[in-house]
Amino acid sequence: MSAEMITTYAAALCLFVGSGFILVGVIGLLKFNDPMTRLHAPTKVGTIGIGMLLLASILHSFSLGSSSMHELLIMGFLFVTAPISANFIAKVSIHRKACETPPEPPRDDTWSTLNQPEGDAIAPEAPDAVPEKL
Amino acid sequence: MTNALGLMDIAVVVAFVTLAAGQLLSMVRLVLGPTPGDRILALDTMVINALGLVVVLGIHQGVQIYFEVSLLIAMLGFVSTVALARFILRGDIIE
Repeated sequence: MSAEMITTYAAALCLFVGSGFILVGVIGLLKFNDPMTRLHAPTKVGTIGIGMLLLASILHSFSLGSSSMHELLIMGFLFVTAPISANFIAKVSIHRKACETPPEPPRDDTWSTLNQPEGDAIAPEAPDAVPEKL
Repeated sequence: MTNALGLMDIAVVVAFVTLAAGQLLSMVRLVLGPTPGDRILALDTMVINALGLVVVLGIHQGVQIYFEVSLLIAMLGFVSTVALARFILRGDIIE
């Protein structure tokens, strides 16, 4: 069993695993019934699914005889940016009241995304809108 | 070696079919999506699926030139997701 054969089998296995995760993630995006739950499913597409496809690309280029590690750059970029975009989408869901508003933090504090700066408050009309913290 | 190459061909076809089905299913969520967050999420998933299609096309043709294409798609997808979410949150993209 030569090295080319082993890398080709490994690339095919990576392609199968990545396809399975992509299918599971997209079915989850379609079938779940709550915006925050739906946010959870496609993260598997962005990390494991695409990661396995890029790994298959690396292994396939090794089996062709020309090594290329460029795909690690795309993988790193996707792994860094996936949580940021998920955080932004969760903020959209929270502020559009598409999900339950998070409960009050235990200490005398506010969630940072729901925090209202002093200058933005509509103070003269409704001073009672922001309750005084004790 | 012929066994391995045959399995590789099957795997590439399976990946193509899965990614195309993923595009169609997330397009359904894009049309249905009751809230704006769902639509942004469906668009993000579609960008990632398009990236996967380009990567699998590069595997199928055995060439390296699709690397820049997929890197550009990844960057544009991230920037467009953040811009859409920011527009809905603040009513403006660059304040």
